[in-house]
Amino acid sequence: MIRFLAAATLALLVLAMPAAATEPRATGGLGLIVERATGSVLLVDRMAHETLARIDGLGDLSHASVTFSPDERHAYVFGRDGGLTQVDMLEGRIKARVMQAGNSIGGAISDDGALVAVSNYEPGGVRIFDAATLELVADIPSGGKTVGLVDLPNRRFAWTVWETGTVWLADLSGAAPVITDLGHAGLNPYDAVLSGDGRHYIVGLFGEKGLTLFDMWQDTPEPVRFLDDYGREDAEMPVYKMPHLQGWALTEGQFALPAVGQHALLWVERATLAQVGRTALHGQPIFAVAQPGSPYVWVNFALPHNDTLQVIDSRTHEVVTTLTPGAAVLHMEFSPRGHELWVSSRDGNRVFIYDTHSRTVKAELEAQSPSGIFFTARAHRTGL
Amino acid sequence: MHNAAALCLGVALAGLGTAPATAEISAARAAALEHVVVQDCGSCHGLVRKGGLGSPLTREALAHAAPEALAAIILDGIPGTAMPPWRALLTEAEALWMAEYLLKEPAQ
Repeated sequence: MIRFLAAATLALLVLAMPAAATEPRATGGLGLIVERATGSVLLVDRMAHETLARIDGLGDLSHASVTFSPDERHAYVFGRDGGLTQVDMLEGRIKARVMQAGNSIGGAISDDGALVAVSNYEPGGVRIFDAATLELVADIPSGGKTVGLVDLPNRRFAWTVWETGTVWLADLSGAAPVITDLGHAGLNPYDAVLSGDGRHYIVGLFGEKGLTLFDMWQDTPEPVRFLDDYGREDAEMPVYKMPHLQGWALTEGQFALPAVGQHALLWVERATLAQVGRTALHGQPIFAVAQPGSPYVWVNFALPHNDTLQVIDSRTHEVVTTLTPGAAVLHMEFSPRGHELWVSSRDGNRVFIYDTHSRTVKAELEAQSPSGIFFTARAHRTGL
Repeated sequence: MHNAAALCLGVALAGLGTAPATAEISAARAAALEHVVVQDCGSCHGLVRKGGLGSPLTREALAHAAPEALAAIILDGIPGTAMPPWRALLTEAEALWMAEYLLKEPAQ
Protein backbone atom coordinates (compact mmCIF):
# COMPACT_ATOMS: atom_id res chain seq x y z
CA MET A 1 0.00 0.00 0.00
CA ILE A 2 2.77 2.39 0.94
CA ARG A 3 4.58 1.40 -2.19
CA PHE A 4 1.40 2.05 -4.18
CA LEU A 5 0.90 5.47 -2.62
CA ALA A 6 4.51 6.33 -3.22
CA ALA A 7 4.17 5.31 -6.83
CA ALA A 8 0.99 7.35 -7.21
CA THR A 9 2.66 10.36 -5.63
CA LEU A 10 5.63 9.93 -7.90
CA ALA A 11 3.31 9.73 -10.89
CA LEU A 12 1.68 13.01 -9.83
CA LEU A 13 5.08 14.64 -9.37
CA VAL A 14 6.14 13.45 -12.78
CA LEU A 15 3.00 14.97 -14.25
CA ALA A 16 3.52 18.25 -12.43
CA MET A 17 7.12 18.69 -13.47
CA PRO A 18 8.14 20.25 -16.76
CA ALA A 19 9.06 17.71 -19.40
CA ALA A 20 12.71 18.68 -19.42
CA ALA A 21 13.12 17.60 -15.79
CA THR A 22 11.52 14.18 -16.31
CA GLU A 23 13.64 11.08 -16.49
CA PRO A 24 13.07 9.33 -19.78
CA ARG A 25 10.95 6.22 -19.38
CA ALA A 26 10.28 3.17 -21.51
CA THR A 27 7.05 1.22 -21.96
CA GLY A 28 8.37 -2.21 -22.93
CA GLY A 29 8.19 -3.48 -19.35
CA LEU A 30 4.70 -2.17 -18.61
CA GLY A 31 1.30 -3.78 -18.54
CA LEU A 32 -2.30 -3.38 -17.43
CA ILE A 33 -4.24 -5.61 -15.06
CA VAL A 34 -8.02 -5.41 -15.30
CA GLU A 35 -9.87 -5.10 -12.00
CA ARG A 36 -13.19 -6.36 -13.24
CA ALA A 37 -15.52 -5.46 -10.39
CA THR A 38 -14.35 -1.90 -9.78
CA GLY A 39 -13.98 -0.60 -13.32
CA SER A 40 -10.31 0.08 -12.81
CA VAL A 41 -6.99 -1.07 -14.23
CA LEU A 42 -3.60 -1.33 -12.56
CA LEU A 43 -0.62 0.02 -14.44
CA VAL A 44 2.23 -2.36 -13.61
CA ASP A 45 5.96 -2.58 -14.16
CA ARG A 46 6.38 -6.27 -14.92
CA MET A 47 10.15 -6.13 -14.58
CA ALA A 48 10.12 -4.46 -11.15
CA HIS A 49 7.03 -6.45 -10.05
CA GLU A 50 5.40 -3.21 -8.97
CA THR A 51 2.08 -1.46 -9.31
CA LEU A 52 2.69 2.08 -10.57
CA ALA A 53 -0.87 3.41 -10.53
CA ARG A 54 -4.53 2.51 -10.36
CA ILE A 55 -6.61 4.10 -13.11
CA ASP A 56 -10.35 4.38 -12.36
CA GLY A 57 -13.42 5.18 -14.38
CA LEU A 58 -13.40 2.53 -17.09
CA GLY A 59 -16.96 1.24 -16.53
CA ASP A 60 -18.08 -2.41 -16.51
CA LEU A 61 -14.94 -4.46 -17.04
CA SER A 62 -16.39 -7.94 -16.82
CA HIS A 63 -14.86 -9.65 -19.81
CA ALA A 64 -12.56 -6.74 -20.65
CA SER A 65 -9.60 -7.00 -22.98
CA VAL A 66 -6.73 -4.73 -24.00
CA THR A 67 -4.61 -4.04 -27.08
CA PHE A 68 -1.66 -1.68 -27.47
CA SER A 69 -0.50 0.87 -30.03
CA PRO A 70 2.62 -0.16 -32.00
CA ASP A 71 4.79 2.30 -30.02
CA GLU A 72 3.42 0.87 -26.72
CA ARG A 73 2.38 4.34 -25.64
CA HIS A 74 -1.33 3.72 -25.55
CA ALA A 75 -3.56 0.91 -24.38
CA TYR A 76 -7.07 0.42 -25.71
CA VAL A 77 -9.37 -1.12 -23.11
CA PHE A 78 -12.57 -2.74 -24.35
CA GLY A 79 -15.24 -2.85 -21.64
CA ARG A 80 -18.38 -4.93 -21.38
CA ASP A 81 -20.59 -1.84 -21.30
CA GLY A 82 -19.45 -0.68 -24.74
CA GLY A 83 -16.79 1.68 -23.39
CA LEU A 84 -13.63 2.07 -25.47
CA THR A 85 -10.93 3.71 -23.37
CA GLN A 86 -7.53 4.93 -24.50
CA VAL A 87 -5.04 4.82 -21.61
CA ASP A 88 -1.71 6.64 -21.71
CA MET A 89 0.84 4.11 -20.43
CA LEU A 90 3.44 6.77 -19.62
CA GLU A 91 1.17 9.22 -17.85
CA GLY A 92 -0.97 6.56 -16.21
CA ARG A 93 -4.26 8.20 -17.09
CA ILE A 94 -7.26 7.99 -19.38
CA LYS A 95 -6.59 10.02 -22.50
CA ALA A 96 -9.85 9.44 -24.35
CA ARG A 97 -13.00 7.42 -23.83
CA VAL A 98 -16.14 6.81 -25.88
CA MET A 99 -19.25 4.76 -25.23
CA GLN A 100 -19.38 3.19 -28.64
CA ALA A 101 -22.06 0.52 -28.11
CA GLY A 102 -24.32 -1.00 -25.46
CA ASN A 103 -22.44 -4.24 -24.87
CA SER A 104 -19.01 -5.26 -26.11
CA ILE A 105 -16.71 -8.20 -25.89
CA GLY A 106 -13.28 -7.31 -27.22
CA GLY A 107 -11.22 -5.56 -29.83
CA ALA A 108 -8.19 -5.48 -32.07
CA ILE A 109 -5.80 -2.94 -33.58
CA SER A 110 -4.69 -2.81 -37.21
CA ASP A 111 -1.09 -3.67 -38.11
CA ASP A 112 -0.25 -0.03 -38.79
CA GLY A 113 -1.80 1.05 -35.50
CA ALA A 114 -4.20 3.45 -37.20
CA LEU A 115 -7.48 1.65 -36.61
CA VAL A 116 -9.09 0.09 -33.54
CA ALA A 117 -11.93 -2.37 -34.09
CA VAL A 118 -14.45 -3.32 -31.40
CA SER A 119 -16.66 -6.39 -31.43
CA ASN A 120 -20.13 -5.77 -30.07
CA TYR A 121 -22.91 -7.88 -28.63
CA GLU A 122 -25.39 -5.01 -28.56
CA PRO A 123 -26.15 -3.82 -31.22
CA GLY A 124 -23.88 -6.49 -32.69
CA GLY A 125 -21.35 -6.19 -35.47
CA VAL A 126 -18.03 -4.38 -35.48
CA ARG A 127 -17.25 -0.70 -35.19
CA ILE A 128 -13.91 0.66 -36.30
CA PHE A 129 -12.34 3.80 -34.86
CA ASP A 130 -9.46 6.12 -35.58
CA ALA A 131 -6.86 5.01 -33.02
CA ALA A 132 -5.68 8.58 -32.40
CA THR A 133 -9.02 10.34 -31.96
CA LEU A 134 -11.47 7.48 -31.31
CA GLU A 135 -13.71 8.90 -34.04
CA LEU A 136 -15.91 6.38 -35.82
CA VAL A 137 -14.46 5.25 -39.17
CA ALA A 138 -16.76 2.37 -40.10
CA ASP A 139 -19.86 0.71 -38.65
CA ILE A 140 -20.36 -2.86 -39.88
CA PRO A 141 -23.52 -4.60 -38.67
CA SER A 142 -23.11 -8.35 -38.98
CA GLY A 143 -26.46 -9.77 -37.94
CA GLY A 144 -25.58 -10.85 -34.42
CA LYS A 145 -23.17 -10.94 -31.52
CA THR A 146 -19.55 -10.75 -32.63
CA VAL A 147 -16.90 -13.14 -31.33
CA GLY A 148 -13.31 -13.93 -32.27
CA LEU A 149 -12.37 -10.51 -33.68
CA VAL A 150 -8.73 -10.48 -34.86
CA ASP A 151 -6.45 -8.17 -36.83
CA LEU A 152 -4.90 -9.40 -40.06
CA PRO A 153 -2.01 -7.89 -42.02
CA ASN A 154 -2.72 -4.90 -44.31
CA ARG A 155 -5.43 -3.17 -42.27
CA ARG A 156 -7.79 -6.10 -42.22
CA PHE A 157 -9.96 -7.63 -39.50
CA ALA A 158 -11.88 -10.90 -39.30
CA TRP A 159 -14.66 -11.93 -36.95
CA THR A 160 -17.41 -14.49 -36.46
CA VAL A 161 -21.08 -14.17 -35.51
CA TRP A 162 -22.47 -16.27 -32.62
CA GLU A 163 -26.04 -16.57 -33.93
CA THR A 164 -25.37 -17.18 -37.63
CA GLY A 165 -21.93 -18.80 -37.60
CA THR A 166 -20.82 -16.53 -40.44
CA VAL A 167 -17.18 -15.41 -40.70
CA TRP A 168 -16.55 -11.91 -42.03
CA LEU A 169 -13.44 -10.24 -43.40
CA ALA A 170 -13.12 -6.45 -43.55
CA ASP A 171 -10.37 -4.89 -45.65
CA LEU A 172 -9.67 -1.25 -44.79
CA SER A 173 -6.55 -0.82 -46.89
CA GLY A 174 -8.39 1.12 -49.59
CA ALA A 175 -10.52 4.24 -49.73
CA ALA A 176 -13.68 2.40 -48.67
CA PRO A 177 -14.01 -0.73 -46.50
CA VAL A 178 -14.49 -3.96 -48.43
CA ILE A 179 -16.52 -6.53 -46.46
CA THR A 180 -16.45 -10.20 -47.51
CA ASP A 181 -18.53 -13.15 -46.28
CA LEU A 182 -16.05 -16.04 -45.88
CA GLY A 183 -18.71 -18.65 -45.24
CA HIS A 184 -20.25 -20.62 -42.42
CA ALA A 185 -18.06 -21.84 -39.54
CA GLY A 186 -20.73 -23.90 -37.75
CA LEU A 187 -23.33 -23.68 -34.98
CA ASN A 188 -22.78 -21.08 -32.24
CA PRO A 189 -19.10 -20.22 -32.61
CA TYR A 190 -17.88 -19.05 -29.18
CA ASP A 191 -14.43 -17.67 -30.04
CA ALA A 192 -11.76 -17.67 -32.71
CA VAL A 193 -8.03 -17.15 -32.94
CA LEU A 194 -5.40 -16.32 -35.55
CA SER A 195 -2.02 -18.05 -35.64
CA GLY A 196 0.87 -15.68 -35.05
CA ASP A 197 1.99 -15.96 -38.66
CA GLY A 198 -1.40 -14.67 -39.78
CA ARG A 199 -2.21 -17.84 -41.65
CA HIS A 200 -4.81 -19.89 -39.78
CA TYR A 201 -8.02 -18.43 -38.39
CA ILE A 202 -9.59 -21.12 -36.22
CA VAL A 203 -13.15 -20.92 -34.96
CA GLY A 204 -14.31 -22.90 -31.91
CA LEU A 205 -17.90 -24.17 -31.87
CA PHE A 206 -20.25 -24.50 -28.92
CA GLY A 207 -23.38 -25.66 -30.79
CA GLU A 208 -21.78 -28.71 -32.40
CA LYS A 209 -18.62 -30.75 -32.26
CA GLY A 210 -15.52 -29.59 -34.04
CA LEU A 211 -13.68 -26.48 -35.11
CA THR A 212 -13.37 -24.66 -38.42
CA LEU A 213 -10.15 -23.41 -39.98
CA PHE A 214 -9.68 -20.74 -42.64
CA ASP A 215 -6.35 -20.39 -44.47
CA MET A 216 -6.05 -16.61 -44.59
CA TRP A 217 -3.06 -16.80 -46.92
CA GLN A 218 -5.41 -17.98 -49.67
CA ASP A 219 -6.99 -15.41 -51.99
CA THR A 220 -10.38 -16.89 -51.14
CA PRO A 221 -10.27 -18.51 -47.68
CA GLU A 222 -12.78 -21.31 -47.25
CA PRO A 223 -14.08 -23.14 -44.17
CA VAL A 224 -12.39 -26.45 -43.38
CA ARG A 225 -13.92 -28.50 -40.56
CA PHE A 226 -11.81 -30.64 -38.27
CA LEU A 227 -12.15 -32.58 -35.00
CA ASP A 228 -15.73 -33.25 -36.07
CA ASP A 229 -16.29 -36.08 -33.64
CA TYR A 230 -14.00 -35.39 -30.71
CA GLY A 231 -15.05 -37.15 -27.55
CA ARG A 232 -18.43 -38.27 -28.79
CA GLU A 233 -18.09 -41.36 -26.66
CA ASP A 234 -17.79 -39.26 -23.51
CA ALA A 235 -20.67 -37.84 -21.51
CA GLU A 236 -21.09 -34.10 -21.96
CA MET A 237 -20.48 -31.99 -18.88
CA PRO A 238 -21.98 -28.59 -18.16
CA VAL A 239 -19.96 -25.70 -19.60
CA TYR A 240 -19.84 -23.21 -16.71
CA LYS A 241 -17.54 -20.93 -18.66
CA MET A 242 -16.73 -20.73 -22.36
CA PRO A 243 -13.15 -21.57 -23.30
CA HIS A 244 -11.04 -18.79 -24.77
CA LEU A 245 -8.98 -19.42 -27.85
CA GLN A 246 -6.96 -16.21 -27.73
CA GLY A 247 -3.53 -16.90 -26.38
CA TRP A 248 -3.89 -20.49 -27.55
CA ALA A 249 -0.98 -22.84 -27.90
CA LEU A 250 0.79 -23.71 -31.12
CA THR A 251 3.83 -25.77 -30.30
CA GLU A 252 5.70 -28.75 -31.74
CA GLY A 253 3.70 -28.34 -34.96
CA GLN A 254 0.49 -28.93 -33.02
CA PHE A 255 -2.49 -26.88 -31.93
CA ALA A 256 -3.43 -27.46 -28.29
CA LEU A 257 -7.17 -26.83 -28.15
CA PRO A 258 -9.58 -26.86 -25.18
CA ALA A 259 -12.38 -29.44 -25.53
CA VAL A 260 -15.83 -27.98 -24.89
CA GLY A 261 -17.80 -29.79 -22.18
CA GLN A 262 -14.92 -32.14 -21.44
CA HIS A 263 -11.99 -32.15 -19.07
CA ALA A 264 -9.47 -32.46 -21.84
CA LEU A 265 -6.97 -30.76 -24.10
CA LEU A 266 -6.93 -31.94 -27.72
CA TRP A 267 -3.76 -32.03 -29.79
CA VAL A 268 -4.10 -31.48 -33.54
CA GLU A 269 -1.28 -31.72 -36.05
CA ARG A 270 -1.18 -28.44 -37.89
CA ALA A 271 -0.17 -29.90 -41.27
CA THR A 272 -2.94 -32.52 -41.46
CA LEU A 273 -5.57 -31.29 -38.95
CA ALA A 274 -5.64 -34.82 -37.55
CA GLN A 275 -6.00 -35.38 -33.81
CA VAL A 276 -2.71 -36.73 -32.49
CA GLY A 277 -3.42 -36.73 -28.78
CA ARG A 278 -5.80 -36.08 -25.93
CA THR A 279 -4.73 -35.07 -22.44
CA ALA A 280 -7.14 -35.71 -19.56
CA LEU A 281 -7.15 -32.67 -17.28
CA HIS A 282 -8.29 -31.53 -13.86
CA GLY A 283 -11.26 -29.58 -15.24
CA GLN A 284 -12.64 -27.96 -18.36
CA PRO A 285 -9.84 -25.84 -19.83
CA ILE A 286 -10.38 -22.13 -20.41
CA PHE A 287 -7.00 -20.87 -21.64
CA ALA A 288 -4.24 -23.10 -23.03
CA VAL A 289 -1.13 -21.01 -23.60
CA ALA A 290 2.32 -22.04 -24.77
CA GLN A 291 5.23 -20.89 -22.62
CA PRO A 292 7.54 -19.06 -25.05
CA GLY A 293 10.83 -20.85 -25.70
CA SER A 294 9.66 -24.15 -24.24
CA PRO A 295 7.61 -27.29 -24.98
CA TYR A 296 5.17 -26.49 -22.15
CA VAL A 297 1.53 -25.45 -22.30
CA TRP A 298 -0.14 -23.91 -19.24
CA VAL A 299 -3.87 -24.38 -18.73
CA ASN A 300 -6.45 -22.88 -16.38
CA PHE A 301 -9.99 -24.12 -15.76
CA ALA A 302 -13.67 -23.30 -15.48
CA LEU A 303 -15.34 -23.42 -12.09
CA PRO A 304 -15.53 -25.42 -9.88
CA HIS A 305 -11.92 -26.29 -10.75
CA ASN A 306 -10.70 -22.74 -11.22
CA ASP A 307 -8.19 -22.66 -8.38
CA THR A 308 -5.81 -24.82 -10.37
CA LEU A 309 -3.25 -24.60 -13.17
CA GLN A 310 -1.76 -27.53 -15.03
CA VAL A 311 1.39 -27.67 -17.14
CA ILE A 312 1.50 -30.11 -20.05
CA ASP A 313 4.51 -31.22 -22.10
CA SER A 314 3.61 -30.92 -25.79
CA ARG A 315 6.09 -33.68 -26.71
CA THR A 316 4.48 -36.33 -24.52
CA HIS A 317 1.00 -34.78 -23.96
CA GLU A 318 1.45 -35.56 -20.27
CA VAL A 319 0.66 -33.33 -17.32
CA VAL A 320 3.97 -32.51 -15.68
CA THR A 321 2.78 -30.25 -12.85
CA THR A 322 -0.45 -29.27 -11.10
CA LEU A 323 -0.44 -25.98 -9.19
CA THR A 324 -3.06 -24.31 -7.02
CA PRO A 325 -2.31 -20.57 -7.01
CA GLY A 326 -5.57 -19.36 -5.46
CA ALA A 327 -9.30 -18.91 -5.81
CA ALA A 328 -10.79 -18.22 -9.25
CA VAL A 329 -7.76 -18.10 -11.53
CA LEU A 330 -9.03 -16.20 -14.56
CA HIS A 331 -6.06 -15.35 -16.74
CA MET A 332 -2.37 -15.93 -17.43
CA GLU A 333 0.15 -13.74 -19.23
CA PHE A 334 3.73 -14.71 -20.01
CA SER A 335 6.60 -12.30 -20.13
CA PRO A 336 7.47 -12.02 -23.83
CA ARG A 337 10.31 -14.52 -23.61
CA GLY A 338 8.60 -16.78 -21.14
CA HIS A 339 10.72 -16.53 -18.00
CA GLU A 340 7.74 -15.42 -15.92
CA LEU A 341 4.02 -16.11 -15.88
CA TRP A 342 1.58 -13.69 -14.27
CA VAL A 343 -1.58 -15.32 -12.93
CA SER A 344 -4.70 -13.50 -11.73
CA SER A 345 -6.64 -14.93 -8.79
CA ARG A 346 -9.95 -13.06 -8.85
CA ASP A 347 -11.24 -14.24 -5.50
CA GLY A 348 -7.80 -14.20 -3.89
CA ASN A 349 -7.45 -10.53 -4.87
CA ARG A 350 -3.89 -11.30 -5.92
CA VAL A 351 -1.72 -11.56 -8.97
CA PHE A 352 0.95 -14.24 -8.62
CA ILE A 353 4.20 -14.06 -10.54
CA TYR A 354 5.65 -17.48 -11.31
CA ASP A 355 9.20 -18.31 -12.23
CA THR A 356 8.35 -20.62 -15.13
CA HIS A 357 11.49 -22.69 -14.80
CA SER A 358 11.16 -23.56 -11.11
CA ARG A 359 7.33 -23.17 -11.33
CA THR A 360 7.31 -21.37 -7.99
CA VAL A 361 5.82 -18.03 -7.00
CA LYS A 362 8.55 -15.41 -6.86
CA ALA A 363 6.38 -12.35 -6.21
CA GLU A 364 2.78 -11.27 -5.83
CA LEU A 365 0.76 -8.10 -6.16
CA GLU A 366 -2.48 -7.01 -4.55
CA ALA A 367 -5.35 -6.32 -6.91
CA GLN A 368 -9.14 -6.02 -6.60
CA SER A 369 -10.87 -8.93 -8.37
CA PRO A 370 -8.16 -9.10 -11.05
CA SER A 371 -8.99 -10.72 -14.38
CA GLY A 372 -7.10 -10.03 -17.62
CA ILE A 373 -3.36 -9.26 -17.58
CA PHE A 374 -1.93 -7.58 -20.67
CA PHE A 375 1.73 -6.68 -21.30
CA THR A 376 2.73 -4.08 -23.87
CA ALA A 377 4.66 -6.68 -25.89
CA ARG A 378 1.26 -7.67 -27.30
CA ALA A 379 1.65 -4.59 -29.50
CA HIS A 380 4.01 -6.54 -31.73
CA ARG A 381 1.97 -9.68 -32.23
CA THR A 382 -0.48 -10.30 -35.06
CA GLY A 383 -3.96 -11.51 -34.18
CA LEU A 384 -4.23 -10.11 -30.65
CA MET B 1 -15.52 -40.79 -13.39
CA HIS B 2 -15.50 -37.13 -14.27
CA ASN B 3 -19.10 -36.75 -13.26
CA ALA B 4 -18.43 -38.30 -9.88
CA ALA B 5 -15.54 -35.93 -9.29
CA ALA B 6 -17.65 -32.98 -10.33
CA LEU B 7 -20.46 -34.03 -8.01
CA CYS B 8 -18.13 -34.45 -5.04
CA LEU B 9 -16.71 -31.01 -5.62
CA GLY B 10 -20.17 -29.65 -6.17
CA VAL B 11 -21.36 -30.93 -2.82
CA ALA B 12 -18.25 -29.55 -1.16
CA LEU B 13 -18.88 -26.20 -2.82
CA ALA B 14 -22.54 -26.20 -1.88
CA GLY B 15 -21.86 -27.21 1.69
CA LEU B 16 -25.60 -27.79 2.13
CA GLY B 17 -25.91 -30.68 -0.27
CA THR B 18 -28.80 -32.38 1.46
CA ALA B 19 -30.69 -29.36 2.75
CA PRO B 20 -34.41 -29.23 1.90
CA ALA B 21 -35.67 -26.50 -0.43
CA THR B 22 -37.18 -24.58 2.45
CA ALA B 23 -33.98 -24.43 4.49
CA GLU B 24 -32.64 -21.10 5.60
CA ILE B 25 -29.49 -19.92 3.86
CA SER B 26 -26.84 -18.84 6.34
CA ALA B 27 -25.46 -15.34 6.12
CA ALA B 28 -22.05 -16.65 5.13
CA ARG B 29 -23.51 -18.82 2.41
CA ALA B 30 -25.70 -15.95 1.19
CA ALA B 31 -22.60 -13.80 0.79
CA ALA B 32 -20.93 -16.59 -1.20
CA LEU B 33 -24.02 -16.98 -3.40
CA GLU B 34 -24.15 -13.24 -4.03
CA HIS B 35 -20.51 -13.42 -5.09
CA VAL B 36 -21.34 -16.23 -7.51
CA VAL B 37 -24.22 -14.19 -9.00
CA VAL B 38 -22.10 -11.10 -9.50
CA GLN B 39 -18.88 -12.74 -10.66
CA ASP B 40 -19.70 -16.09 -12.24
CA CYS B 41 -23.20 -15.45 -13.58
CA GLY B 42 -21.72 -12.07 -14.51
CA SER B 43 -19.26 -13.76 -16.88
CA CYS B 44 -22.10 -14.27 -19.35
CA HIS B 45 -24.85 -11.98 -18.05
CA GLY B 46 -22.63 -8.99 -17.15
CA LEU B 47 -21.55 -7.71 -13.75
CA VAL B 48 -24.46 -5.27 -13.85
CA ARG B 49 -26.67 -7.95 -15.39
CA LYS B 50 -27.30 -6.10 -18.64
CA GLY B 51 -26.47 -9.26 -20.58
CA GLY B 52 -23.67 -10.53 -22.77
CA LEU B 53 -23.62 -13.94 -24.32
CA GLY B 54 -26.45 -14.59 -21.86
CA SER B 55 -29.66 -12.59 -21.70
CA PRO B 56 -30.12 -9.56 -19.40
CA LEU B 57 -30.98 -10.40 -15.78
CA THR B 58 -31.93 -6.95 -14.57
CA ARG B 59 -35.02 -6.66 -12.37
CA GLU B 60 -36.78 -5.04 -15.31
CA ALA B 61 -35.87 -7.90 -17.65
CA LEU B 62 -37.16 -10.44 -15.13
CA ALA B 63 -40.24 -8.47 -14.07
CA HIS B 64 -42.75 -11.18 -14.95
CA ALA B 65 -40.73 -14.21 -13.91
CA ALA B 66 -41.73 -16.47 -11.02
CA PRO B 67 -38.87 -17.26 -8.62
CA GLU B 68 -39.55 -21.00 -8.88
CA ALA B 69 -39.26 -20.84 -12.68
CA LEU B 70 -35.97 -18.95 -12.47
CA ALA B 71 -34.66 -21.44 -9.92
CA ALA B 72 -35.55 -24.29 -12.29
CA ILE B 73 -33.57 -22.64 -15.10
CA ILE B 74 -30.59 -22.16 -12.78
CA LEU B 75 -30.68 -25.81 -11.71
CA ASP B 76 -31.38 -27.44 -15.07
CA GLY B 77 -30.13 -24.90 -17.61
CA ILE B 78 -31.74 -24.27 -20.99
CA PRO B 79 -30.96 -27.08 -23.44
CA GLY B 80 -29.74 -25.88 -26.80
CA THR B 81 -28.30 -22.69 -25.34
CA ALA B 82 -25.12 -21.81 -23.44
CA MET B 83 -27.00 -21.75 -20.10
CA PRO B 84 -25.61 -24.74 -18.17
CA PRO B 85 -27.35 -26.73 -15.42
CA TRP B 86 -25.94 -25.70 -12.03
CA ARG B 87 -27.51 -28.60 -10.12
CA ALA B 88 -24.12 -30.16 -9.40
CA LEU B 89 -22.96 -26.98 -7.67
CA LEU B 90 -26.12 -25.62 -6.01
CA THR B 91 -28.94 -26.97 -3.88
CA GLU B 92 -32.58 -26.22 -4.73
CA ALA B 93 -32.77 -23.86 -1.76
CA GLU B 94 -29.70 -22.01 -2.99
CA ALA B 95 -31.07 -21.71 -6.53
CA LEU B 96 -34.31 -20.30 -5.14
CA TRP B 97 -32.32 -17.86 -3.00
CA MET B 98 -30.50 -16.73 -6.16
CA ALA B 99 -33.75 -16.32 -8.09
CA GLU B 100 -35.23 -14.19 -5.33
CA TYR B 101 -32.01 -12.20 -5.11
CA LEU B 102 -32.20 -11.44 -8.83
CA LEU B 103 -35.82 -10.31 -8.52
CA LYS B 104 -35.20 -8.20 -5.44
CA GLU B 105 -31.71 -6.71 -5.58
CA PRO B 106 -30.83 -4.00 -8.09
CA ALA B 107 -27.60 -4.62 -9.98
CA GLN B 108 -24.65 -2.76 -8.48
